[in-house]
Amino acid sequence: MADRGSTGSRLLVVDDNKVNRLLLTRSLELQGHRVATAENGRIALDMLRKDAYDLVLLDMEMPEMDGFQVLQQIFDDRALRGLPVIVTSSLEGVESVVRCIELGAEDYLPKPVNPVLLKARINASLEKKRLQDQLKEMVRRFATPEVAQDLQTSGFALGGKRVYASVMFSDIRGFTPLVESQPPEETIDLLNTYYTLMFDAISSHGGVVNQMIGDGLMAIFGAPLPLPDHEASAVRAALEMIDLVGMFNTERVAAGKAEIRIGIGIASGEMVAGYAGTSKRATYTCIGDTVNLAARLETHTKTAGRTILIDGATRGKLPERVAIEVLGPVDIKGKSAPVDVFSVSLDQSV
Amino acid sequence: MSDTTIDRPTFEALQETAGAEFVGELVDTFLAEAPIMLSELRSALAAGNADAFRRAAHSLKSNSNTFGALALGALAKNLELTGLAPAAAAHGATLDALDAEYARVAAALKELTRG
Repeated sequence: MADRGSTGSRLLVVDDNKVNRLLLTRSLELQGHRVATAENGRIALDMLRKDAYDLVLLDMEMPEMDGFQVLQQIFDDRALRGLPVIVTSSLEGVESVVRCIELGAEDYLPKPVNPVLLKARINASLEKKRLQDQLKEMVRRFATPEVAQDLQTSGFALGGKRVYASVMFSDIRGFTPLVESQPPEETIDLLNTYYTLMFDAISSHGGVVNQMIGDGLMAIFGAPLPLPDHEASAVRAALEMIDLVGMFNTERVAAGKAEIRIGIGIASGEMVAGYAGTSKRATYTCIGDTVNLAARLETHTKTAGRTILIDGATRGKLPERVAIEVLGPVDIKGKSAPVDVFSVSLDQSV
Repeated sequence: MSDTTIDRPTFEALQETAGAEFVGELVDTFLAEAPIMLSELRSALAAGNADAFRRAAHSLKSNSNTFGALALGALAKNLELTGLAPAAAAHGATLDALDAEYARVAAALKELTRG
């Protein structure tokens, strides 16, 4: 299955010349690809915008809209930009080739196209596209639609901007003894179910899970995309998480397994949000006092014997009807003055 | 048939990779399309349409080289590169030479694909 992913792909051949179209189509079909054809650039762009293709073989010299204009339009169109284009042309002069490459063409094959070279270049391009698609899928799966969208629109740049948002930390209480008491496979199953539930609760309230560390997670509400009343959204998500854990426990108990307990800390305020890491590997994250406070509040749930703890800034933006228990000022590590801490009562819908 | 009319190794390689039967159909297509390109060259020359002239020459060059019609390809390439710019009078003679070479190519291709 060495050819997997490189054959059976959907290709578009764009050439105004019938002999060239027929011959290219034939070569590609012999390699196992499905081929559609367009006789000029305008038709090609219409087809590309209507259906999904894996790769385009583009002639340059065409009436109506030539290959350079097609390359330019593909480059300018966000939905089409990642599409690999191999220029197949008998253009005269290096300048034209350079122009194609500058306009984003993946490769250049002079006509008449050598079938062996054609196969090699197509397979290389398709493999590259497959990896890019995989990467996009990974970003989509792990980085949430908001971050993926932000990445696509503003591109990837390290460094942050100041935002006003709410941060949530959550983890499983007594996780280490639990892990030690059961086979690792069961722990993975537990984590997968747990994360699925938590992700669902968080994203359904507009939050973004940006870190998973063992049994803990960090979520942001209000970045990268602004979210009106992100404070209340974070608290609603927390309550839903507790509900879901309750349902999960019912099943676990029925299966003769131990219940799990989670603790959640939420803080709101200004923070710096952006991509942190290196240019090769980075995560979308938030940094600042507010983030530290949320993490401390989550830790403090153990001491306080409560499930959801929030700070004053979060509490101040909650509707009046939300039942809150005032725990008073608490000394928090890293804070010079005691911080007012509030516990959100469970079993309420907000 | 001279080697430059149809370069046999090029033509045979084409048959080998695309299939002899398919090449037969491809030749038929070329024999139907090439006269149109030749007449486009003349009408573009008459109308002073440099773009159309260059495009027709380009297409003819490209197809000629596909079949190994090297002499025809070279003549067409020359027209593509010079375009309409220089003394257009000289083009009349070149187009006549192009027509004559095309006639040889057409005959050779028919011969090669027959049977």
